[in-house]
Amino acid sequence: MTHKRRELIQYAIFAAFIIAVPLVFRGRQSYYVSMLALSGIYAIVALGLNLLMGFAGQISLGHAAFFSIGAYTTAILSTRLGWQPIAGLLPAVAVSGFAAFVIGLPTLKLKEHYLAMATLGVGLIAYSLIKADPGGITGGVTGIVNIPPLVIGGFTFDSDRSQFYLIWAVAFLIFALSFNIIDSRIGRALMAIHKSEVSASVLGVNVFSCKLQIFVLSGMYAGLGGFLYAHCSPMYYLNPDDVCHFSLSIKLLTMVVIGGMGSMWGTLLGAVGLSILPEVLRMLGSLFPGVNTTDIEMAIYGLVLAVIMIASPRQRLKKLLGLDKPRRVEPPKDVEV
Amino acid sequence: MFPDQILQFLLSGLTIGSIYALIALGFTIIYNTTGIINFAQGEFVMLGGMFMVGCTRLLHLPLPVGMLVTIMAVMLVGALIERLAIKPARNKSIVTLIIITIGVSIALKAAVAFFSKDSFTYPPFPGPEHVSIGNASLPGQSLWIMGTAGCIMAALWLFFHFTIRGKAMRACAINREAANIVGIDVEKMSLLSFGLSALIGAIAGIVVTPTTQMAWYRGTELGMKGFCAVILGGLGSSPGAVIGGLLLGLLETFGNYLFSGYRDAIAFSIFLLVIFIRPQGILRRK
Repeated sequence: MTHKRRELIQYAIFAAFIIAVPLVFRGRQSYYVSMLALSGIYAIVALGLNLLMGFAGQISLGHAAFFSIGAYTTAILSTRLGWQPIAGLLPAVAVSGFAAFVIGLPTLKLKEHYLAMATLGVGLIAYSLIKADPGGITGGVTGIVNIPPLVIGGFTFDSDRSQFYLIWAVAFLIFALSFNIIDSRIGRALMAIHKSEVSASVLGVNVFSCKLQIFVLSGMYAGLGGFLYAHCSPMYYLNPDDVCHFSLSIKLLTMVVIGGMGSMWGTLLGAVGLSILPEVLRMLGSLFPGVNTTDIEMAIYGLVLAVIMIASPRQRLKKLLGLDKPRRVEPPKDVEV
Repeated sequence: MFPDQILQFLLSGLTIGSIYALIALGFTIIYNTTGIINFAQGEFVMLGGMFMVGCTRLLHLPLPVGMLVTIMAVMLVGALIERLAIKPARNKSIVTLIIITIGVSIALKAAVAFFSKDSFTYPPFPGPEHVSIGNASLPGQSLWIMGTAGCIMAALWLFFHFTIRGKAMRACAINREAANIVGIDVEKMSLLSFGLSALIGAIAGIVVTPTTQMAWYRGTELGMKGFCAVILGGLGSSPGAVIGGLLLGLLETFGNYLFSGYRDAIAFSIFLLVIFIRPQGILRRK
């Protein structure tokens, strides 16, 4: 019962934060609202990646591919075919999920290095295809412009504030959904797979089907994120470098790693933290004129990834605080043959 | 396609293929000795090119001195990566090690971008500007590229077969624990493998830059191509890395002629096909 109550309090704090942000940042500061709205989109995608990496122990270096498939699907439907923006939701999520299924089918049979490289390859293929613009549907390097904002029940989501509430409401639901998935049979099966695929399959877990399900689910999360991005992006504009570049896949990976793989709250904080990082750096950068802060941002991604993985500060902190009870599954150790 | 054109594509494909083969060898050496895929491999090539730009255009060093300085500097970077990032995480899971080398690769890119985001090149090495073979014409630098690649491959073969260090590294590749038991310092071999890989990467970067442009972001793409070559030839096989590299160069060049604009998509599609259908590579039996 106390566990349930604690969970409810956490959700309440989360909801309160969501409601408070646009009320705090008003007027000239409403720029922050649109920035934080964008972080909500990344949070949705990163939550899916966290399910895959933190719980199933698989890696994806090409998650931007699914994000861009969702974004381009809805953008093409609503600009070239004149669909209502909201009608693009199902196709965007379905096409991303289907792409994840088709890619996951052969890819998830692979392990470790091969899986990392195959997902990276998928991401790069998606990027070069979108850029090469087969059949003139993706707009190549110029991308797709003038994507209409979302209209739901006569209300147009075209202000920073309305988009913020919409995105974070969706993120909230996705967050709750992810918690439920982790608490279900498949969630426990995933953690068993993470610990040892052999023992999981001995215990009756269909390892491959579980991995595939979670891969498709994370692809759908990414597609949903892409859908929201297409209709809420600052300029209503898509281009391959923003939505499909390798650096976006790395950004998503960093969000998950920063928060500690396998921690939902951590992923959420990671997504928000990395999204406001450029702004924080810009503020700090004004103290040091002549320094280009975007370069520092990239360096921080790299160093954060490497240092967190080498030093595992989360485990150390937990040990320090006496919180290292076996609540979380340890990542599997490298097996020497 | 006329026979002349085929010869032309063959030569261009082998030139770029030699570079891929060198990068693939770098991957293979580290993988065999430590079991790690070094995602920062492409950055060694980029650093080689960029340090050389610094040496020739900024410091105006003569060519051989510049090369020596560049190679030493990149090897130092390789050694530092091993000591600071790989050694402390030696016992972690493979996914963790993958993320670490990705982090290192991004940090290296950012470090170079911090100095300059422009693309650079320098004049080709001394020699004829163009060489004609039949009706095909080849830039003189291509001969340098293929010649250097050939020399490095021969030198590596000699190193791995006729020196005690090389033999010790091969022992690590066969079985690290057993190598440790017979008294081989596995950690030292790990350091050596990063140094050697950095050396090969740096040389690849030095010879390729005059035919193309080098910039802070080029490493990722080159590294990926090198890895495609590794997978084509079979992970862990040195002859496989060479053949995979040359083959990839050829496929890419001919593919680009047939479907222009899809050069990268072709390379990665071949790579995915091989990974799915023959993960052991096209040369190996299983």
